[in-house]
Amino acid sequence: MTGTFVGMPAFPAAARTALADTQLRSNLAHATSTIRAKREAVVGEVEQWEELRLSGAAIKDRALLDLEDHLVRLEAALQDRGVTVHWARDADEACAIVGDVAQAHGLDELVKVKSMATQEIDLNEALAARGIAAWETDLAELIVQLGDDLPSHILVPAIHRNRAEIRAIFRRAMAAAGRPAPDDLSDEPAELAAAARLHLREKFLRARMAVSGANFAVAETGTLVVVESEGNGRMCLTLPEVLVSVVGIEKVVPTWEDLEVFLQTLPRSSTGERMNPYTSTWTGVTPGDGPQEMHVVLLDNGRTRALADEVGRQALRCIRCSACLNVCPVYERTGGHAYGSVYPGPIGAILNPLLRGPDADEQTESLPYASSLCGACFEACPVRIDIPTVLVDLRAQVVDAHRPSRKPEALAMRATSWLFSSAERLRRAEGASGLAGRVMERFGRRSAPGGRRTLSRLPGPGVGWSRARDLPAPPVESFRAWWRRTDGGRSEGDRS
Amino acid sequence: MSAREEILRRVRTALADVDGRQVVVPRDYRVPAPTDGLVDRFVDRVQDYRATVTRCHPASVDGALAEALSGCGRVLVPSGFPVPLARGVEDAGLSAVDLDEIDAVVTTATLGIAETGTIVLTHGDGQGRRALSLVPDLHVCLVRADQVVAGVGEAVALLDPRAPQTWISGPSATSDIELDRVEGVHGPRTLHVLLVEDGQPPGG
Repeated sequence: MTGTFVGMPAFPAAARTALADTQLRSNLAHATSTIRAKREAVVGEVEQWEELRLSGAAIKDRALLDLEDHLVRLEAALQDRGVTVHWARDADEACAIVGDVAQAHGLDELVKVKSMATQEIDLNEALAARGIAAWETDLAELIVQLGDDLPSHILVPAIHRNRAEIRAIFRRAMAAAGRPAPDDLSDEPAELAAAARLHLREKFLRARMAVSGANFAVAETGTLVVVESEGNGRMCLTLPEVLVSVVGIEKVVPTWEDLEVFLQTLPRSSTGERMNPYTSTWTGVTPGDGPQEMHVVLLDNGRTRALADEVGRQALRCIRCSACLNVCPVYERTGGHAYGSVYPGPIGAILNPLLRGPDADEQTESLPYASSLCGACFEACPVRIDIPTVLVDLRAQVVDAHRPSRKPEALAMRATSWLFSSAERLRRAEGASGLAGRVMERFGRRSAPGGRRTLSRLPGPGVGWSRARDLPAPPVESFRAWWRRTDGGRSEGDRS
Repeated sequence: MSAREEILRRVRTALADVDGRQVVVPRDYRVPAPTDGLVDRFVDRVQDYRATVTRCHPASVDGALAEALSGCGRVLVPSGFPVPLARGVEDAGLSAVDLDEIDAVVTTATLGIAETGTIVLTHGDGQGRRALSLVPDLHVCLVRADQVVAGVGEAVALLDPRAPQTWISGPSATSDIELDRVEGVHGPRTLHVLLVEDGQPPGG
């Protein structure tokens, strides 16, 4: 098992805890509303936005539906430029490869560029077990690492922390990891960023090895791309002697020219900027410039499982922008930890079950239900992943994995199917329900918009289901009874 | 079976339902880019990132450079940089620690992108290896008006992926604290673009 937070309960329980945390909810509401407004403004500037989305989706599909060819070409192009290419079936193999490279150089520390793939495989923990310290250098990752915390957002892993909490973490934990925080550190973001600059600079200057991911890997040329803001990525990609990049096999794009689409859609969707401060591209080893020893680890770890899912494979188009998190009404209220994975929010609700199997454990199988299916994620997605459709399909897979079942829903569905399969049975049931409706309409305490009476609480096994839902009282007259009485509406009259 | 063979076998099995036709990529987003006001737009958008822009005539580059570098002690000058500088330090294989003791770096650019306010370095003559324009705290970048292209698409078409590239849009920044943007983290905290164009008054 990888990429999950050990011991995290299923989504409903975790969400309940998160909803009770008023500090968390206020931090999240502030952060997500800020980023939504910025994204909307810069997306609105681009007249051809929809055309860019369509092209982005097609480029990724082109690579994914012919993945073997693209991977083999990428491998050849990388090797041609002096890169050692490794393949890793799972997290353990990938971590072992990175650890072996570090040990071959006799190193006990390395610096890291923020990378979802290395989070997913728990690389830092695996390296620590071999006595190698992996220093996170992205500001938010540093906050999470120093706070001994878990990431809760793809782009801003410390989105659940406010400035006062970050100041406290820096004051408490920086000294043990290297240069301490200044004594007079305030909670101004600029001062906090400056403290991180000083703390990390000594690590950059002495680092001999770095680990990165890649936002894109170009099959045609062997070019890797890292998109970032702070310059920590440039430090890691430029200063050390050895660079290992862990790249999911779905990161491949066919051609250099394809980048023109993603370099327009990713920054605007992600940080809400026309362009992120720094984008680095490199094609293997450049003599005299940057690391002279390079490795690329091509990682499967469940991606081929997702690829085999005809409906779900579109999730592999994801470019990790996190726009879907920021627009999601569920994510905004529960935060990322409730999803129990490094991939939270709407994309996490489909990606985790696809990578691990929808019935991998109770936590994973609760994720396809962590959504109201409102569709905001699909609209925001720059590569048009139809997340609601995939969620519904995964829900069906979860249900299928549990047949036969004694759950009340399953029993109710079986009874319904028995009822609906015979006209006579349905007629009798409708008669009974009309009678019940007449009684209930009299006692129903609440009414739905439109004035129809609703039942507030079902008895017996339905009590849990109706706790958060209003069930309309059954209509007094069924459609078929009305049809008979009025001759198909031709002699419309008042109900007797 | 090696990991490589097994992963490729898994890929083949996963795609057994696919008919093998190549997906056609629509390029309808490519529309003729506006070419008027390119340089003004570039300047506007670079300033949006809170970078400093000075527009100057080719004849007054020396003065503008001196002004941009005023107060700096040691200035790193990559080989091939077109303007001689009095306090210039050459890159004689400086270590990262050496670079950290230098106040500023001057470079040329390969192109500028108007739509996004981006400058692109490809680390050849006049720009130097990537670390040079990264470690010093002030980056002064010389961009000629005729190097400014309209959009990202035009830039990608002109650039050769075999050389390493750094796309720079403003000074280093972070939004990691409450998604408030703070300029200046690990890369140069100040970016100063000198835009050289014939239209400017020679004395200005």
